[in-house]
Amino acid sequence: MHARILGFAAFAACLAVPATAAVALSDAAGSYTISPARSSIRFTIGKAGGGGFDGAFARFKGTIRIDNGDVGRSKVDLTIYPESVGTGQGRIDAFLRSDAVFDAANSPEIQFHSTSVIRTGDTSALVTGRLTARGKTFPEKFTAELDGLKAGTIKFHVTGKVLRSRYGMDVGTPLYSNVVDFNMTLTGKRG
Amino acid sequence: MVTTLPLVGRVKGVLEETHPAIRSCPMQFSITNSATRYGWAMIILHWLIGIMFIGQFVLGFMMVRIQSQRTAFELIQLHKSLGFLLLGLVILRIGWRLGNAAPHLPPSVGALERRTAPLAHLALYAFQTALPLSGWALVSVSTLEIPTMPFNLFVMPDLPLAESDAAESFWAATHWYLAYAGIALVALHAAAALRHHFLLRDSVLARMITPSSGRE
Repeated sequence: MHARILGFAAFAACLAVPATAAVALSDAAGSYTISPARSSIRFTIGKAGGGGFDGAFARFKGTIRIDNGDVGRSKVDLTIYPESVGTGQGRIDAFLRSDAVFDAANSPEIQFHSTSVIRTGDTSALVTGRLTARGKTFPEKFTAELDGLKAGTIKFHVTGKVLRSRYGMDVGTPLYSNVVDFNMTLTGKRG
Repeated sequence: MVTTLPLVGRVKGVLEETHPAIRSCPMQFSITNSATRYGWAMIILHWLIGIMFIGQFVLGFMMVRIQSQRTAFELIQLHKSLGFLLLGLVILRIGWRLGNAAPHLPPSVGALERRTAPLAHLALYAFQTALPLSGWALVSVSTLEIPTMPFNLFVMPDLPLAESDAAESFWAATHWYLAYAGIALVALHAAAALRHHFLLRDSVLARMITPSSGRE
Protein backbone atom coordinates (compact mmCIF):
# COMPACT_ATOMS: atom_id res chain seq x y z
CA MET A 1 0.00 0.00 0.00
CA HIS A 2 2.76 2.42 0.91
CA ALA A 3 4.55 1.66 -2.35
CA ARG A 4 1.44 2.63 -4.29
CA ILE A 5 1.00 5.81 -2.35
CA LEU A 6 4.60 6.60 -3.00
CA GLY A 7 4.02 5.95 -6.69
CA PHE A 8 1.17 8.44 -6.61
CA ALA A 9 3.37 10.94 -4.87
CA ALA A 10 6.18 10.31 -7.35
CA PHE A 11 3.81 11.02 -10.24
CA ALA A 12 2.61 14.11 -8.48
CA ALA A 13 6.22 15.15 -8.17
CA CYS A 14 6.75 14.76 -11.93
CA LEU A 15 3.81 17.02 -12.64
CA ALA A 16 4.97 19.62 -10.22
CA VAL A 17 7.15 22.52 -11.20
CA PRO A 18 10.48 20.92 -12.23
CA ALA A 19 12.36 23.18 -9.93
CA THR A 20 10.65 21.52 -7.00
CA ALA A 21 12.94 18.74 -6.03
CA ALA A 22 10.27 16.50 -4.59
CA VAL A 23 6.69 16.62 -3.50
CA ALA A 24 5.98 14.89 -0.29
CA LEU A 25 2.88 12.78 0.07
CA SER A 26 1.53 15.34 2.45
CA ASP A 27 1.43 17.74 -0.50
CA ALA A 28 -1.29 15.69 -2.22
CA ALA A 29 -3.20 14.72 0.87
CA GLY A 30 -5.58 17.21 2.29
CA SER A 31 -8.86 18.97 1.69
CA TYR A 32 -9.51 20.94 -1.48
CA THR A 33 -12.29 23.28 -2.45
CA ILE A 34 -13.26 23.07 -6.12
CA SER A 35 -12.55 26.37 -7.86
CA PRO A 36 -15.31 26.98 -10.45
CA ALA A 37 -13.14 29.51 -12.27
CA ARG A 38 -10.58 26.84 -13.14
CA SER A 39 -13.00 23.93 -13.44
CA SER A 40 -15.61 22.91 -15.97
CA ILE A 41 -18.45 20.40 -16.08
CA ARG A 42 -19.33 19.61 -19.69
CA PHE A 43 -21.61 16.98 -21.14
CA THR A 44 -22.47 15.54 -24.55
CA ILE A 45 -25.60 13.71 -25.62
CA GLY A 46 -25.54 11.78 -28.90
CA LYS A 47 -28.25 12.42 -31.48
CA ALA A 48 -29.99 9.97 -33.79
CA GLY A 49 -28.41 10.24 -37.23
CA GLY A 50 -25.04 11.32 -35.85
CA GLY A 51 -23.56 14.21 -33.96
CA GLY A 52 -24.71 15.35 -30.62
CA PHE A 53 -25.22 18.38 -28.54
CA ASP A 54 -22.87 19.77 -25.96
CA GLY A 55 -23.63 21.65 -22.82
CA ALA A 56 -21.99 22.80 -19.63
CA PHE A 57 -22.94 23.82 -16.12
CA ALA A 58 -21.58 27.22 -15.21
CA ARG A 59 -22.28 27.06 -11.48
CA PHE A 60 -21.27 24.27 -9.11
CA LYS A 61 -19.39 23.80 -5.86
CA GLY A 62 -17.63 20.94 -4.16
CA THR A 63 -14.80 19.52 -2.14
CA ILE A 64 -12.17 16.85 -2.67
CA ARG A 65 -10.51 15.24 0.32
CA ILE A 66 -7.49 13.04 -0.26
CA ASP A 67 -6.79 10.84 2.71
CA ASN A 68 -3.31 11.02 4.06
CA GLY A 69 -2.84 7.31 4.66
CA ASP A 70 -5.32 5.60 2.33
CA VAL A 71 -6.44 6.94 -1.05
CA GLY A 72 -9.43 4.58 -0.78
CA ARG A 73 -10.76 6.72 2.03
CA SER A 74 -10.69 9.85 -0.09
CA LYS A 75 -13.95 11.66 -0.66
CA VAL A 76 -15.55 13.84 -3.34
CA ASP A 77 -18.69 15.92 -2.89
CA LEU A 78 -20.12 17.96 -5.72
CA THR A 79 -23.21 20.13 -6.06
CA ILE A 80 -24.30 21.32 -9.51
CA TYR A 81 -26.89 24.05 -10.06
CA PRO A 82 -28.88 22.96 -13.16
CA GLU A 83 -30.26 26.50 -13.53
CA SER A 84 -26.80 27.38 -14.89
CA VAL A 85 -26.96 24.92 -17.80
CA GLY A 86 -25.78 26.35 -21.12
CA THR A 87 -25.74 24.88 -24.62
CA GLY A 88 -25.29 28.01 -26.72
CA GLN A 89 -28.96 27.84 -27.78
CA GLY A 90 -31.27 29.79 -25.49
CA ARG A 91 -34.40 27.84 -26.39
CA ILE A 92 -32.69 24.54 -25.56
CA ASP A 93 -31.41 25.99 -22.26
CA ALA A 94 -34.95 27.05 -21.30
CA PHE A 95 -36.19 23.56 -22.21
CA LEU A 96 -33.47 21.90 -20.09
CA ARG A 97 -34.25 24.12 -17.09
CA SER A 98 -38.01 23.46 -17.39
CA ASP A 99 -39.91 20.58 -15.82
CA ALA A 100 -39.32 18.66 -19.07
CA VAL A 101 -35.74 17.97 -17.92
CA PHE A 102 -34.08 19.43 -14.79
CA ASP A 103 -37.12 21.16 -13.26
CA ALA A 104 -34.59 23.60 -11.80
CA ALA A 105 -37.30 25.60 -10.03
CA ASN A 106 -38.29 22.62 -7.86
CA SER A 107 -34.98 20.71 -7.88
CA PRO A 108 -32.34 23.42 -7.79
CA GLU A 109 -29.43 21.10 -6.95
CA ILE A 110 -27.87 17.98 -8.43
CA GLN A 111 -25.65 16.31 -5.87
CA PHE A 112 -22.91 13.74 -6.00
CA HIS A 113 -21.42 12.19 -2.87
CA SER A 114 -18.71 9.60 -3.33
CA THR A 115 -19.01 6.32 -1.45
CA SER A 116 -15.75 4.73 -2.55
CA VAL A 117 -12.55 5.62 -4.33
CA ILE A 118 -10.54 2.77 -5.85
CA ARG A 119 -7.16 3.41 -7.39
CA THR A 120 -6.88 1.94 -10.87
CA GLY A 121 -3.38 3.18 -11.70
CA ASP A 122 -0.62 5.47 -10.59
CA THR A 123 -2.66 8.53 -11.44
CA SER A 124 -6.20 7.22 -11.92
CA ALA A 125 -9.06 6.17 -9.72
CA LEU A 126 -12.61 4.91 -10.03
CA VAL A 127 -14.94 7.04 -7.98
CA THR A 128 -18.27 5.50 -7.06
CA GLY A 129 -20.95 7.53 -5.41
CA ARG A 130 -24.56 8.46 -5.13
CA LEU A 131 -25.97 10.91 -7.64
CA THR A 132 -29.19 12.69 -6.75
CA ALA A 133 -31.21 14.63 -9.30
CA ARG A 134 -34.92 15.48 -9.28
CA GLY A 135 -35.32 13.59 -6.02
CA LYS A 136 -33.98 10.32 -7.41
CA THR A 137 -30.72 8.75 -6.22
CA PHE A 138 -28.69 6.10 -8.02
CA PRO A 139 -25.12 4.82 -7.76
CA GLU A 140 -22.87 6.17 -10.51
CA LYS A 141 -19.21 5.64 -11.43
CA PHE A 142 -16.72 8.20 -12.68
CA THR A 143 -13.11 7.84 -13.74
CA ALA A 144 -10.75 10.42 -12.27
CA GLU A 145 -7.34 11.06 -13.75
CA LEU A 146 -4.84 13.21 -11.91
CA ASP A 147 -4.04 16.01 -14.32
CA GLY A 148 -1.82 18.25 -12.28
CA LEU A 149 -0.56 18.90 -8.81
CA LYS A 150 1.13 22.05 -7.67
CA ALA A 151 1.58 23.29 -4.20
CA GLY A 152 -1.91 23.87 -2.90
CA THR A 153 -3.71 23.03 -6.17
CA ILE A 154 -4.85 19.68 -7.53
CA LYS A 155 -6.47 19.08 -10.89
CA PHE A 156 -8.48 16.06 -12.03
CA HIS A 157 -9.97 15.11 -15.37
CA VAL A 158 -13.20 13.24 -14.63
CA THR A 159 -15.28 11.28 -17.13
CA GLY A 160 -18.36 9.13 -16.78
CA LYS A 161 -21.63 8.08 -18.36
CA VAL A 162 -25.00 8.63 -16.73
CA LEU A 163 -28.36 7.26 -17.89
CA ARG A 164 -30.71 10.25 -17.74
CA SER A 165 -33.90 8.12 -17.84
CA ARG A 166 -33.27 7.04 -14.24
CA TYR A 167 -33.66 10.60 -13.07
CA GLY A 168 -36.95 11.25 -14.84
CA MET A 169 -35.19 13.06 -17.69
CA ASP A 170 -35.88 10.61 -20.50
CA VAL A 171 -37.62 13.19 -22.69
CA GLY A 172 -36.50 13.04 -26.31
CA THR A 173 -35.26 9.45 -26.34
CA PRO A 174 -34.51 7.89 -28.80
CA LEU A 175 -33.94 11.09 -30.81
CA TYR A 176 -31.37 11.97 -28.18
CA SER A 177 -29.37 9.24 -26.49
CA ASN A 178 -30.24 8.15 -22.98
CA VAL A 179 -26.50 8.23 -22.21
CA VAL A 180 -25.06 11.53 -21.01
CA ASP A 181 -21.27 11.66 -21.40
CA PHE A 182 -19.70 13.81 -18.71
CA ASN A 183 -16.32 15.42 -19.17
CA MET A 184 -15.16 17.49 -16.23
CA THR A 185 -12.05 19.31 -15.20
CA LEU A 186 -12.07 19.80 -11.45
CA THR A 187 -9.42 22.03 -9.96
CA GLY A 188 -9.23 22.09 -6.20
CA LYS A 189 -7.52 24.64 -4.02
CA ARG A 190 -6.33 23.57 -0.65
CA GLY A 191 -8.41 24.78 2.22
CA MET B 1 -57.57 -28.37 -57.00
CA VAL B 2 -58.21 -27.40 -60.64
CA THR B 3 -61.14 -29.80 -60.92
CA THR B 4 -62.88 -28.30 -57.90
CA LEU B 5 -62.85 -24.74 -59.30
CA PRO B 6 -65.75 -25.15 -61.76
CA LEU B 7 -67.70 -26.68 -58.89
CA VAL B 8 -67.04 -23.61 -56.72
CA GLY B 9 -68.17 -21.42 -59.62
CA ARG B 10 -71.36 -23.43 -60.05
CA VAL B 11 -72.12 -23.30 -56.32
CA LYS B 12 -71.53 -19.52 -56.30
CA GLY B 13 -73.79 -19.12 -59.35
CA VAL B 14 -76.56 -21.08 -57.68
CA LEU B 15 -76.15 -19.12 -54.44
CA GLU B 16 -76.29 -15.80 -56.32
CA GLU B 17 -79.61 -16.83 -57.90
CA THR B 18 -81.14 -17.96 -54.62
CA HIS B 19 -79.50 -15.26 -52.48
CA PRO B 20 -79.24 -11.98 -54.49
CA ALA B 21 -77.57 -10.20 -51.55
CA ILE B 22 -74.34 -12.06 -52.31
CA ARG B 23 -73.97 -9.96 -55.47
CA SER B 24 -73.39 -6.82 -53.42
CA CYS B 25 -70.91 -8.52 -51.11
CA PRO B 26 -68.02 -6.10 -50.28
CA MET B 27 -65.59 -8.48 -51.96
CA GLN B 28 -66.96 -7.23 -55.24
CA PHE B 29 -66.24 -3.53 -54.61
CA SER B 30 -63.88 -2.18 -57.20
CA ILE B 31 -60.48 -0.79 -56.21
CA THR B 32 -60.48 1.52 -59.24
CA ASN B 33 -62.83 4.36 -60.15
CA SER B 34 -65.51 3.83 -62.78
CA ALA B 35 -67.03 6.55 -65.00
CA THR B 36 -69.54 7.54 -62.31
CA ARG B 37 -68.22 6.12 -59.00
CA TYR B 38 -65.04 6.13 -56.92
CA GLY B 39 -63.18 2.88 -56.23
CA TRP B 40 -62.45 1.96 -52.61
CA ALA B 41 -58.73 2.87 -52.84
CA MET B 42 -59.57 6.51 -53.58
CA ILE B 43 -62.33 6.53 -50.94
CA ILE B 44 -60.01 5.21 -48.21
CA LEU B 45 -57.21 7.63 -49.19
CA HIS B 46 -59.68 10.54 -49.29
CA TRP B 47 -61.06 9.98 -45.79
CA LEU B 48 -57.75 8.94 -44.23
CA ILE B 49 -55.96 12.03 -45.56
CA GLY B 50 -58.94 14.26 -44.72
CA ILE B 51 -59.13 13.07 -41.10
CA MET B 52 -55.33 13.26 -40.70
CA PHE B 53 -55.25 16.76 -42.21
CA ILE B 54 -57.85 18.05 -39.75
CA GLY B 55 -56.17 16.12 -36.90
CA GLN B 56 -52.80 17.66 -37.78
CA PHE B 57 -54.37 21.14 -37.73
CA VAL B 58 -55.82 20.55 -34.25
CA LEU B 59 -52.57 18.96 -33.01
CA GLY B 60 -50.46 21.78 -34.47
CA PHE B 61 -52.72 24.37 -32.86
CA MET B 62 -52.52 22.67 -29.44
CA MET B 63 -48.84 21.74 -29.35
CA VAL B 64 -47.64 25.35 -29.55
CA ARG B 65 -50.03 26.50 -26.81
CA ILE B 66 -49.65 23.74 -24.23
CA GLN B 67 -48.01 24.62 -20.89
CA SER B 68 -45.91 21.50 -20.28
CA GLN B 69 -42.68 21.73 -22.28
CA ARG B 70 -42.31 17.97 -22.17
CA THR B 71 -45.79 17.30 -23.55
CA ALA B 72 -45.24 20.04 -26.15
CA PHE B 73 -42.00 18.38 -27.27
CA GLU B 74 -43.67 14.99 -27.56
CA LEU B 75 -46.70 16.37 -29.41
CA ILE B 76 -44.39 18.17 -31.87
CA GLN B 77 -42.58 14.88 -32.58
CA LEU B 78 -45.97 13.16 -33.09
CA HIS B 79 -47.02 16.02 -35.43
CA LYS B 80 -43.80 15.45 -37.44
CA SER B 81 -44.39 11.68 -37.60
CA LEU B 82 -47.99 12.10 -38.74
CA GLY B 83 -46.87 14.76 -41.24
CA PHE B 84 -44.48 12.35 -42.93
CA LEU B 85 -47.15 9.61 -42.96
CA LEU B 86 -49.53 12.16 -44.50
CA LEU B 87 -46.94 13.12 -47.13
CA GLY B 88 -46.50 9.43 -48.03
CA LEU B 89 -50.26 8.95 -48.37
CA VAL B 90 -50.58 12.14 -50.46
CA ILE B 91 -47.85 10.97 -52.85
CA LEU B 92 -49.64 7.59 -53.13
CA ARG B 93 -52.92 9.40 -53.73
CA ILE B 94 -51.49 11.68 -56.43
CA GLY B 95 -49.96 8.65 -58.18
CA TRP B 96 -53.26 6.79 -57.95
CA ARG B 97 -55.21 9.83 -59.18
CA LEU B 98 -52.89 10.30 -62.18
CA GLY B 99 -53.41 6.68 -63.23
CA ASN B 100 -57.11 6.57 -62.44
CA ALA B 101 -59.36 9.40 -63.67
CA ALA B 102 -61.97 10.78 -61.30
CA PRO B 103 -65.60 9.87 -62.13
CA HIS B 104 -67.63 12.38 -64.11
CA LEU B 105 -69.71 14.86 -62.17
CA PRO B 106 -73.41 13.97 -62.06
CA PRO B 107 -75.71 15.96 -64.45
CA SER B 108 -77.16 17.91 -61.51
CA VAL B 109 -73.89 19.87 -61.18
CA GLY B 110 -74.22 23.34 -62.66
CA ALA B 111 -71.92 25.00 -65.22
CA LEU B 112 -70.14 27.28 -62.75
CA GLU B 113 -69.41 24.46 -60.32
CA ARG B 114 -68.33 22.23 -63.19
CA ARG B 115 -65.53 24.75 -63.85
CA THR B 116 -64.63 25.70 -60.25
CA ALA B 117 -64.82 22.27 -58.56
CA PRO B 118 -61.74 20.90 -60.39
CA LEU B 119 -59.85 24.09 -59.41
CA ALA B 120 -60.87 23.64 -55.77
CA HIS B 121 -59.79 20.00 -55.90
CA LEU B 122 -56.47 20.98 -57.49
CA ALA B 123 -56.01 23.53 -54.68
CA LEU B 124 -56.77 20.83 -52.07
CA TYR B 125 -54.10 18.63 -53.64
CA ALA B 126 -51.68 21.57 -53.61
CA PHE B 127 -52.32 22.24 -49.90
CA GLN B 128 -52.06 18.62 -48.76
CA THR B 129 -48.68 18.43 -50.55
CA ALA B 130 -47.36 21.86 -49.55
CA LEU B 131 -48.24 21.55 -45.85
CA PRO B 132 -46.10 18.52 -45.01
CA LEU B 133 -43.33 19.82 -47.30
CA SER B 134 -43.29 23.22 -45.56
CA GLY B 135 -43.19 21.40 -42.20
CA TRP B 136 -40.23 19.36 -43.43
CA ALA B 137 -38.52 22.58 -44.55
CA LEU B 138 -39.21 24.11 -41.12
CA VAL B 139 -37.56 21.26 -39.18
CA SER B 140 -34.69 21.22 -41.71
CA VAL B 141 -33.74 24.88 -41.26
CA SER B 142 -34.46 25.08 -37.51
CA THR B 143 -31.47 26.11 -35.42
CA LEU B 144 -32.69 23.69 -32.74
CA GLU B 145 -31.40 20.86 -35.00
CA ILE B 146 -33.86 18.36 -33.53
CA PRO B 147 -33.61 15.08 -35.46
CA THR B 148 -36.72 13.79 -37.20
CA MET B 149 -37.60 10.14 -36.56
CA PRO B 150 -41.08 9.27 -37.88
CA PHE B 151 -42.68 7.09 -35.19
CA ASN B 152 -39.15 6.46 -33.83
CA LEU B 153 -38.58 4.08 -36.74
CA PHE B 154 -35.81 5.73 -38.76
CA VAL B 155 -34.02 9.06 -39.12
CA MET B 156 -35.57 11.23 -41.83
CA PRO B 157 -32.84 13.37 -43.42
CA ASP B 158 -33.28 17.13 -43.52
CA LEU B 159 -34.04 18.90 -46.79
CA PRO B 160 -30.88 20.52 -48.21
CA LEU B 161 -31.73 24.02 -46.96
CA ALA B 162 -29.48 26.40 -45.04
CA GLU B 163 -30.21 26.55 -41.33
CA SER B 164 -30.79 29.97 -39.75
CA ASP B 165 -33.13 31.76 -37.38
CA ALA B 166 -34.48 33.83 -40.30
CA ALA B 167 -35.20 30.72 -42.40
CA GLU B 168 -36.87 29.09 -39.40
CA SER B 169 -39.17 32.11 -38.91
CA PHE B 170 -39.98 32.17 -42.62
CA TRP B 171 -40.94 28.49 -42.82
CA ALA B 172 -42.83 28.62 -39.50
CA ALA B 173 -44.92 31.51 -40.86
CA THR B 174 -45.39 29.75 -44.22
CA HIS B 175 -46.48 26.52 -42.51
CA TRP B 176 -48.87 28.53 -40.30
CA TYR B 177 -50.49 30.46 -43.20
CA LEU B 178 -50.78 27.32 -45.34
CA ALA B 179 -52.44 25.51 -42.42
CA TYR B 180 -55.08 28.21 -41.91
CA ALA B 181 -55.73 28.63 -45.65
CA GLY B 182 -55.81 24.84 -46.08
CA ILE B 183 -58.29 24.28 -43.26
CA ALA B 184 -60.51 27.06 -44.71
CA LEU B 185 -60.46 25.25 -48.06
CA VAL B 186 -61.31 21.95 -46.33
CA ALA B 187 -64.28 23.68 -44.64
CA LEU B 188 -65.45 25.02 -48.04
CA HIS B 189 -65.03 21.53 -49.53
CA ALA B 190 -67.07 19.96 -46.70
CA ALA B 191 -69.77 22.63 -47.01
CA ALA B 192 -70.00 21.98 -50.77
CA ALA B 193 -70.32 18.23 -50.15
CA LEU B 194 -73.10 18.79 -47.59
CA ARG B 195 -74.88 21.15 -50.00
CA HIS B 196 -74.81 18.43 -52.68
CA HIS B 197 -76.17 15.83 -50.28
CA PHE B 198 -78.85 17.78 -48.43
CA LEU B 199 -79.87 20.59 -50.81
CA LEU B 200 -79.18 19.27 -54.29
CA ARG B 201 -79.77 15.66 -53.16
CA ASP B 202 -77.34 14.27 -55.74
CA SER B 203 -74.72 11.49 -55.52
CA VAL B 204 -71.61 13.71 -55.04
CA LEU B 205 -71.12 12.93 -51.31
CA ALA B 206 -72.63 9.43 -51.41
CA ARG B 207 -70.20 8.23 -54.06
CA MET B 208 -67.27 9.21 -51.79
CA ILE B 209 -68.75 6.84 -49.17
CA THR B 210 -69.96 3.78 -51.08
CA PRO B 211 -67.38 2.39 -53.49
CA SER B 212 -68.00 1.48 -57.09
CA SER B 213 -69.17 -2.10 -57.62
CA GLY B 214 -67.39 -2.03 -60.97
CA ARG B 215 -70.65 -2.53 -62.85
CA GLU B 216 -71.75 1.05 -63.39
